[in-house]
Amino acid sequence: MKIFINGKAYDAFPGEMVLQVALRNEIFIPHLCYHPRTGPAAKCRACVVEVENLPGLQTSCNLPARDGMQVTTNSEAVLQAQRVVIDLALSSGKHDCLACEQNGNCELQNAAYFLGIERPSYEFALEEKVPDASSEFVYVDRAKCISCGRCVSGCNNNVVNEVINFGNRGFHTKIIFDNDKLLGESSCVQCGECVQLCPVGAIIDKRAIGQGRSWEMEKVETVCAYCGVGCRLELHINRKENRIIRITGVEDSPTNEGMLCVKGRYGFDFIASPERLTTPLIRENGKFREASWDEAISLIASRFRSIIEEHGSNAIAGLSSAKVTNEENFLFQKFMRREVGTNNVDHCARLCHSSTVAGLAASLGSGAMTNDIAGIKNADVIMIIGSDTSAAHPVIAARIKQAVREGRTKLIVIDPKKIVMANYADIYAAHLPGSDVALLNCLMHVILKNGWEDSKYIEERLEGYEELRKEVLQDKYKPENVEKISGVPATTLHRIAEMFAKAETASIFYAMGITQHTTGRDNVWSVANLQMICGNLGKIGGGVNPLRGQSNVQGACDMGCLPNVYPGYQSVQDEKIREKFEKAWGRKLSSETGLTVIEMVDGAYEGKVKALYVMGENPFLSDPDQHHVISALEKIDFLVVQDMFLTETAEFADVVLPATSFVEKEGNFTNTERRVQKLNIALTPPGAAKADWEIIQMLANSMAAGWQYRTVSDICDEINQLTPQYAGITWERIGRNGLQWPCPTETHPGTPYLHKDRFARGLGLLRGIPFIEAAELPDEEYPLILTTGRVLQHFHTGTMTRKTPGLNNLAGPMVMMSVEDAEAMGIGNSEPVKIATRRGEIEAPAFVTRRIKKGVIYIPFHYKESPANRLTNPVVDPVAKIPEYKVCAAKIRKIS
Amino acid sequence: MNFYRLQVLIGIDPSSLQAGAREIENTFQLEIARHKLQDEVNLLETGSLGYFGTGVAIMIYPGQITYVNLKKEDVPEIVTEHFLKGKPVKRLMLGQAFTSGYNFNYRRRIVLENSGLINPENIREYLGRGGYESWEKALLEMKPVQIVDIVKNSGLRGRGGAGFPTGLKWSFTQPLTVPQKYFVINADEGEPGTFKDRLIMEGDPHKLLEGLMISSYAVGATKAYIYIRGEYRLCINRLQKAIDQARELGLLGSNIFGTGFDLDIEIKIGAGAYVCGEETALIESMEGNRGQPRSKPPFPGVKGAWQKPTVVNNVETIANIPSIISHGADWFRSYGTESCPGTKVFTILGDVYMPGLCEVDMGTSLRTLIEEYGGGIRDDKKFKGALLGGAAGVFLSEKLLDVKMDFNSLKEYGAVLGSGAILVMNEDADMVDMLYAVIRFFRHESCGKCIPCSKGTQKLYRIISRIRYGEGSEEDLVSMIRLAQAMNISSFCALGQSLLMPIRSVIDNFRDEFLQKMDKKYKFSREAS
Repeated sequence: MKIFINGKAYDAFPGEMVLQVALRNEIFIPHLCYHPRTGPAAKCRACVVEVENLPGLQTSCNLPARDGMQVTTNSEAVLQAQRVVIDLALSSGKHDCLACEQNGNCELQNAAYFLGIERPSYEFALEEKVPDASSEFVYVDRAKCISCGRCVSGCNNNVVNEVINFGNRGFHTKIIFDNDKLLGESSCVQCGECVQLCPVGAIIDKRAIGQGRSWEMEKVETVCAYCGVGCRLELHINRKENRIIRITGVEDSPTNEGMLCVKGRYGFDFIASPERLTTPLIRENGKFREASWDEAISLIASRFRSIIEEHGSNAIAGLSSAKVTNEENFLFQKFMRREVGTNNVDHCARLCHSSTVAGLAASLGSGAMTNDIAGIKNADVIMIIGSDTSAAHPVIAARIKQAVREGRTKLIVIDPKKIVMANYADIYAAHLPGSDVALLNCLMHVILKNGWEDSKYIEERLEGYEELRKEVLQDKYKPENVEKISGVPATTLHRIAEMFAKAETASIFYAMGITQHTTGRDNVWSVANLQMICGNLGKIGGGVNPLRGQSNVQGACDMGCLPNVYPGYQSVQDEKIREKFEKAWGRKLSSETGLTVIEMVDGAYEGKVKALYVMGENPFLSDPDQHHVISALEKIDFLVVQDMFLTETAEFADVVLPATSFVEKEGNFTNTERRVQKLNIALTPPGAAKADWEIIQMLANSMAAGWQYRTVSDICDEINQLTPQYAGITWERIGRNGLQWPCPTETHPGTPYLHKDRFARGLGLLRGIPFIEAAELPDEEYPLILTTGRVLQHFHTGTMTRKTPGLNNLAGPMVMMSVEDAEAMGIGNSEPVKIATRRGEIEAPAFVTRRIKKGVIYIPFHYKESPANRLTNPVVDPVAKIPEYKVCAAKIRKIS
Repeated sequence: MNFYRLQVLIGIDPSSLQAGAREIENTFQLEIARHKLQDEVNLLETGSLGYFGTGVAIMIYPGQITYVNLKKEDVPEIVTEHFLKGKPVKRLMLGQAFTSGYNFNYRRRIVLENSGLINPENIREYLGRGGYESWEKALLEMKPVQIVDIVKNSGLRGRGGAGFPTGLKWSFTQPLTVPQKYFVINADEGEPGTFKDRLIMEGDPHKLLEGLMISSYAVGATKAYIYIRGEYRLCINRLQKAIDQARELGLLGSNIFGTGFDLDIEIKIGAGAYVCGEETALIESMEGNRGQPRSKPPFPGVKGAWQKPTVVNNVETIANIPSIISHGADWFRSYGTESCPGTKVFTILGDVYMPGLCEVDMGTSLRTLIEEYGGGIRDDKKFKGALLGGAAGVFLSEKLLDVKMDFNSLKEYGAVLGSGAILVMNEDADMVDMLYAVIRFFRHESCGKCIPCSKGTQKLYRIISRIRYGEGSEEDLVSMIRLAQAMNISSFCALGQSLLMPIRSVIDNFRDEFLQKMDKKYKFSREAS
């Protein structure tokens, strides 16, 4: 289809608007309210054009292109109408460009320049408007607002936080937050979507004020280093000062479409923190002293060598990191396996999704999230179970909320806390922590009893159906009986089962609420069972979707930083595979499965593990039963910690190596939907800090490895050769938007969703899973159930987020408890209390809320001043070895 | 059933209630009882009798004798003199005060045929006058497409102001095969000086309901809404009563008359925004959003309320439907003009003797309306001008007194019929003040969605204020028109687009008055006084 603009022909796609065609072809038409992500609004009326055979002027943003259409954008009538609109907008606010943050990037300024408006010509008596600086990160100056509505649309339709709206009418229209509260006192979560969409300087990044104008900043694209969503970021950098001024989301990224959360957009202070390590440190007489790289590396090499000689290779263990690149993880496990000669390599995925990997690999044949983020909108029903999605994976939560808002998708939320997502749910059920298998079996019980299952799918693609049937059809899984176990009313269970099973396509999203149990693998398998019998795997919009918690936890697993597999989940015990790696690496490799995270700590405690090499992890805060971890760290002979900061774990180290942050290096991250995306170098590292891959190579070479990786792409080449899923994901191919594995050849387009037509393991394996209770249940002494997790504003052990003061101001330690329990104990809101379990005791202020069930308490684990993991139970799942963070017995008492 | 010698209708509407209609009604009852006339005189409540500024009014049949401005003290006299002795009380009768040319007849033709005659709260009175026969006929004997054709042939045009052919509008929605369509009555009568819809709904709510039922059936809507402004409390109550009564009789609900057709009607109450009279803003408001217009296309007929096909029609338009169905398109065409058949309800107000409403043929001249139905200019002053169609209307001077009042004839003179409001001004009227009031109204009612309207109205308001205070210049007139033209070209909806009409027409017709105010002496005289 062709349209003519000012007499010249241009191609137009069906459904494209005239403005879009013009902008694509770099024909400027002034526009203020149109943005590709908020769509045509036709509100500002600046984009008017003349069209042959149509009366008057037409707004081009909502005018569909038709074949042969004759559009004029530069006639005097058009320009005159545009001039009036822009002039009115300029006249009715305080648009003083000189000291405006948006200078050079302002769409009103661009329009005025284009139309030759030097100064506003209409005069208004403008009332004084006081800027709203109440929020930590977002600064609002209504004197510059032109009421274009992009922020309103973004807040309501994109991120669906539903905070911003218009208030008043006519000339006095203004944007308001909630019911006209100050932004800082509103329900705003400060995702900054409005900042990114504002065409003028009305909503801006508070901390970027006066830090530089757009043309003074260099822009570098990279991938966010927080959760596993893998949002693409655009860093705005002051090159001279080598620091980040602000961050925006990449608008055409298929993962985040420009959206970010408060951490990703504002939590970057850690990068320029003065606490960053700048030089290697060696412990001498109980104190750290600065050392050269040569000294530090040769010390480690010699200690490792002597430990191997004295106690064998298995006396050394390595913790790799879900925060470093694929290439670095690959090198780390290669170092442990080839240079040290042990499979004792693991990382924090053990603590989050090892049950997923174990459960899904056994049932489906692949342990990763089956579906992609972009496909979320294709689901008819979405079930969230055990995931505080809007806190831990905010951008995926936004996608889910978008789908629900669109009206087609129904949402079921099952969580012990009434999480924010429950506000958007059609059905919300609060179950007791640890009752997941009973609940899921009950849903299957109802489905099978009513014949709602997909029998054709079961017959053709699954095995083990009879066994599953036998288990779940038992009377104990009747809704009336499961009500007693889970606390969810029988009618609700029935409604959930019906809504879920009757959907054409339904997807399940889950996270730590499913995995972090002694029955973690059972929980995961039960989720897979439910999805299999409903026929929801292998199609767009469906799937079993474990949300990965770290920026590169998927990649770290893919790269074989697990004690039982090489890169690409190839078993260390499989002789053929071992031979392949031995041949590639030119050395004999161990066939013995190595130690997991928890076993490493236990091994250190028992004296079997003599040396521990920790790269970018902080077991002091992340592992269960802190007292036990401390004694293990104290007992260990030789501890090497490689990190950006002197973490709580690093305090115990013998040698500390300074590593670079994610913006100071290249490499690839693999996000939760298996998308491999590239990091780009934006800043130079502080002091002598080096990228992890360089450090590992130095260490390996000082142990006579003879590695010769000149760049990260050399490592990537080796990954392509040894990892079948990554074979086609070459350094050159990845590009801006990445590729989703499996991608077996260089011409393969990548795989948005798994198990199409055929499961990775052939037939999907159903298994009857009996319900087993959690390891530690409430009793008279410890009457409450303690569950742990994250909050929106902080990440993991806080090493990164807690360096940003604004984030600390937004969320501090707390224990969430029900109104009933608080009243019974006479505890007031924000009153400090003591929480104790059989393993320890901490203090935190009480957060009394109706959002949690009676008898359950919740503590986020980010805070070293109130470490939740001093309390948690280190008992693990027998197969996945994941600790039970989500259930233990606790008590609370007042501090009087 | 009792047969009464006299039927006494008391008009119950907000203005008569304010003037003490209830108290007078009670007094009548007491007096009638005192004279033991209960079996001879029937006192009935009805809607407005159609006269304004006349306090409490009653009408007595036979004879159609109307008493106005009643006080409590007058009641015994009327009862003894008129009811008992049969001698009407002349001093209280309507029309005694002014010219003899006043036209009492032909006030009610089609949509107002029952108003002021029947008790609007009793469905049986409506049924007694042939009510709901058209509904029965339409549903049992006609196909939806036939109804659309009849309405098309009748030439009925929307009475809300724009005059869009009703049958044509329906024909976009009628053929769509979707599970849900809606029919919405626009009863958000917001145009200043317009109260025709209110009197239809107050006086004869079943007429509207019957029209709505037939219209819904014609386009295939199974759910209908009446979007009504919240100030119309009495209308809301009466409509709700009427809906309940119709439902009780099985005229509404599921499987009506055993045909399998379901229909329900719900009242949605507006919150008083002028712009919500615009159909897309009305739909937004109905959905619970801010009352702001949506961009078209898609038009509501294809994607309206909750994204379903929705037809929005004005009250008066739909009140015509039952008669069109029972009498046919040709009958309807016997009223009015060739291009604008039917009648039109006008509300005449301002400096006339007898403000009120009347239903006349389309194409009746402005002069006839003012002189015959408005009773002429009050206090025998000279006619200066009229504002037609409410705030979004046009100022006419005496040059156009003989213009025919219909959509097409007025268009020739750059004027509009609008909602049918005629604000008559005598020689004393200050046209600058008039324009000031109009612009202030627009500034207040601009929804704020688009830049030209929200900022433009504010700017115009500043200019007209300046002129009003004697500080303007001739250049201000030029810039006002230029800005209003720009708003006309680029505003989002009719609100911002239509302000050009009053501004240009008042400046064109009464330019001298504006210039007078700019004279330095004027300002001086103001300051001195």
